[in-house]
Amino acid sequence: MTKAFGKLAAVEARLFLREPLAVFFAIVLPVGLLLGLGTTIPGFRDADPSLGGQRFVDAPFTAMMVLLSIVTLGLSVLPAGLVLYRERGVLRRLSTTPVRPSALLSAQLLINVVVAVVATTLTLVLGHLVLDVPLPGSPWAFAAVFVLGTVTILAIGLLLAAVAPSSRVVQGVGSTLMFPLLFLAGMWLPRPLMPELLRRISDFTPTGAFGQGLMDALGGQAPQPLHLAVLAGWALAAGAAAARLFRWH
Amino acid sequence: MAIITVDHLRKTYGTRVAVEDVSFSVEEGEIFGIVGRNGAGKTTTVECVAGLRTPTSGTITVEADLKEQVGVQLQECTLPDKIRVGEALALYASFYSRPADWRALAEEAGLDPRAPFAKLSGGQRQRLSVALALVGSPRVAILDELTTGLDPRARRETWDLVARIKERGVTVLLVTHFMEEVERLCDRVAVISRGRVRAVDTPAGLIARAGGEQRLVFHTDEPVDALRSLPEVASVTVADRGGAGTADGHGAEVVVTGTGDLLSAVAAVLPPSRTRGLRMERTTLDDAFLVLTGTEES
Repeated sequence: MTKAFGKLAAVEARLFLREPLAVFFAIVLPVGLLLGLGTTIPGFRDADPSLGGQRFVDAPFTAMMVLLSIVTLGLSVLPAGLVLYRERGVLRRLSTTPVRPSALLSAQLLINVVVAVVATTLTLVLGHLVLDVPLPGSPWAFAAVFVLGTVTILAIGLLLAAVAPSSRVVQGVGSTLMFPLLFLAGMWLPRPLMPELLRRISDFTPTGAFGQGLMDALGGQAPQPLHLAVLAGWALAAGAAAARLFRWH
Repeated sequence: MAIITVDHLRKTYGTRVAVEDVSFSVEEGEIFGIVGRNGAGKTTTVECVAGLRTPTSGTITVEADLKEQVGVQLQECTLPDKIRVGEALALYASFYSRPADWRALAEEAGLDPRAPFAKLSGGQRQRLSVALALVGSPRVAILDELTTGLDPRARRETWDLVARIKERGVTVLLVTHFMEEVERLCDRVAVISRGRVRAVDTPAGLIARAGGEQRLVFHTDEPVDALRSLPEVASVTVADRGGAGTADGHGAEVVVTGTGDLLSAVAAVLPPSRTRGLRMERTTLDDAFLVLTGTEES
């Protein structure tokens, strides 16, 4: 059984690497944006008083690129893959073998977590080497926020996969949700610059809480309990709903 | 010994009755066909046997481990576009405790292990699907609408593959709506119509049930009345063509119907050299199917 799971995960990993779009949006784009914009836009590397004296490329931009990669995986790559497998009868076909279809779901989750770790590590290490972005001031806090946030975003992805009737719908809904969620996280308007009300709304969204948690941990501060609680709440709610609603065929 | 026994299976979806009342048993080592029109309940029946659906009522007994020893090929099941033939076979082989040699299976099915799924033709996909059903060394293989949508050549290649499954001693439960496929492959067949079994028999037995009549058609100038007294002959009809029959040099058209060794009996009285255009027509499995299921639209 473990041999079968290992084999399943290995094949899923190879299939992921054969999808150029998934690799591009989940890994190349976030790292490329950080390095590309970070090196070419001069203001990004100047200390900014409105951001508490840090440079934009430091915690704010780096946190957003980590978030971008994980949101792409959770709202697009994971649900689109699962719905396509359901549509094509792959999950149904598996249920006639000694392996449960849930093994394929676990393998997919594992691949997405591994890709998130790889993209995040590349973002942090290359940002540090090229742009001199400080490595996370509180590594354990960063790891904790990363794990909690990734679980939350992937749980939302599972919920999307559970309710979407077709792979076309899930792709449409995923990308439609992605923009407001990234906006609320501060992708285009950093949270410190948001009007008070908007920032308050952002606090309670999964991406807003995740983004601020990442920024805090990168900057060497402890993540705020509110943001951890918001992430845990979304993870539990989305995870429970997905488990109730998921259809294997 | 029966390896699959289906007893008064009934399956409904809400108010729609997919399977009304289906019973049959499949002997170990045979190719058992389930034939019927689209919507007759064939697929629902085998999906219940495969454990994919739960019967509303009735019992199904399979004398084999459903997951380990029953290989399944489902309709409308495909693989990810970018998976290669060899990867898919090796992956499915890893699921079973005693897998078959997947390389040998790929070769037997005429498949290149490096080919990605998206590049396979319809026939190749179906043969891969059969190979995946066999990769766990099953005792029973369930094959659903294997050759639907294939061109005649791909269909024949797939039939050869299925015939070789039987040689390994694997019992095959085959769903189809092609009578030619039944005639080529099946030892026995259940004819299903509107959710009920209309007959379970060998293909030859089904033809016999539908009358099994033969027709001899020929032209001759000879008198044919003597044929009427032969025990094999049921009727003799001479086409009335107003004398034109003899004038065009072919003679009158005669149709003789009957049973048994009709051709030899007729030939003993009327030498075939005195006839022209002699041909024999038999009841086909298609005729038998229509007789057994009626002509209702379903």
